[in-house]
Amino acid sequence: MPHRDNAPMPEQEALQRPQSKTDLFMSFTILALQGFGGVLAVVQRELVEKKRWMSREQFVEDWAVAQIMPGPNVVNLSLMIGGRYFGLAGALAGLAGMLTAPLVVVLLLAIALGGVSDAAWAQGALRGMGAVSAGLIAAVGLKLISALRSNPMGMPVCIGLACASFVGVGILRWPLAYVLLGTGVLACAWAYVQLARQAAQAGGRA
Amino acid sequence: MNPVLHLSAQDWLSLFNHFASLSLLAVGGAITTAPDMHRYLVDETHWLSETQFTSSIALAQAAPGPNILFVALMGYNVGLNAGAGLGGGAISVGLAALGVVIPMLGIMLPSSILTYTATRWAHQHREKIGIRAFKSGMAPIVIALLLATAWLLTLSHNQPARDWPLYVLTGLTTLVVWRTKVHMLWLIGAGAVLGGLGWV
Repeated sequence: MPHRDNAPMPEQEALQRPQSKTDLFMSFTILALQGFGGVLAVVQRELVEKKRWMSREQFVEDWAVAQIMPGPNVVNLSLMIGGRYFGLAGALAGLAGMLTAPLVVVLLLAIALGGVSDAAWAQGALRGMGAVSAGLIAAVGLKLISALRSNPMGMPVCIGLACASFVGVGILRWPLAYVLLGTGVLACAWAYVQLARQAAQAGGRA
Repeated sequence: MNPVLHLSAQDWLSLFNHFASLSLLAVGGAITTAPDMHRYLVDETHWLSETQFTSSIALAQAAPGPNILFVALMGYNVGLNAGAGLGGGAISVGLAALGVVIPMLGIMLPSSILTYTATRWAHQHREKIGIRAFKSGMAPIVIALLLATAWLLTLSHNQPARDWPLYVLTGLTTLVVWRTKVHMLWLIGAGAVLGGLGWV
């Protein structure tokens, strides 16, 4: 790594990092306990906007990987972030933070509720919470669009690929795997061409 | 009625194996493999009742934390059923705990090991054009998938005459989270109250 002096970065605050494995564990525990109907929206707000462990661009990239890999995507994300800072121990700390406390909560709920979840008010509450969590996910998607500005494919191509993928999954209801093989492979190939061209130009100038 | 089971060590092993075999197939979230879990736990082995199966999923989705915990709840119910003939006590608690641990380990271990090793490798080679092309190329697609997920969740309530208040609630939530820093727990709470009162 080249030496970096402490001059403040002009347009953006510098990124932070987790202080320790305990910090990782606690941060992910607090995240997970706030995540009703899915943790993603909370992860984006806490890690990107509040803690600033990663930029929006990094978050989109990591989220892409976490979603492509098998397994629960927020759990994958906690493994990846923990592993990046503290190796295997960090990955396990992140994973444990994401799962332990929520597991206890959900078991206590199961014991306490028994059959109550069939009651009309409980069903209604679930309906309402479901509608809110759909909105949370949509908002994360909208916020992350700005991360595409620095994408080597350029904004118009990105929007086109996003629209095609949305139509495939959301309107035509094709299986996810087909859409990933279609627009996904196309997008990666085009990104490769663009990055290779940039690299060649940079090499040519040098 | 919930089944009363007598599970052998062999049965527990096959429970582990089934979830472990689904682990690497769970691309796009473990919920995509739920139909196969249903086939195995409800239709074939009769280890879970229909109600136990659906309420495991519903409860895990309502509770905080990753939705993968529905697997823990299914296992917990299998353990309860296995202990049901034993008159409660320490053995029943132990079986319920075993039921939580075994399917969770099965569903988590293979995918976690793969994700950890693959992403370490990718991180070490993150300057390679192939890796950067993958991440850049997938970025617009995963954003589209998020929006499509929200869209499909909304449309799963498919009677506009009855469900329009839900659509409005989703739309308002989107706007509020996108444009303000209101704490999400308030929104979830508001959704629960509105739904509990039967207004949406």
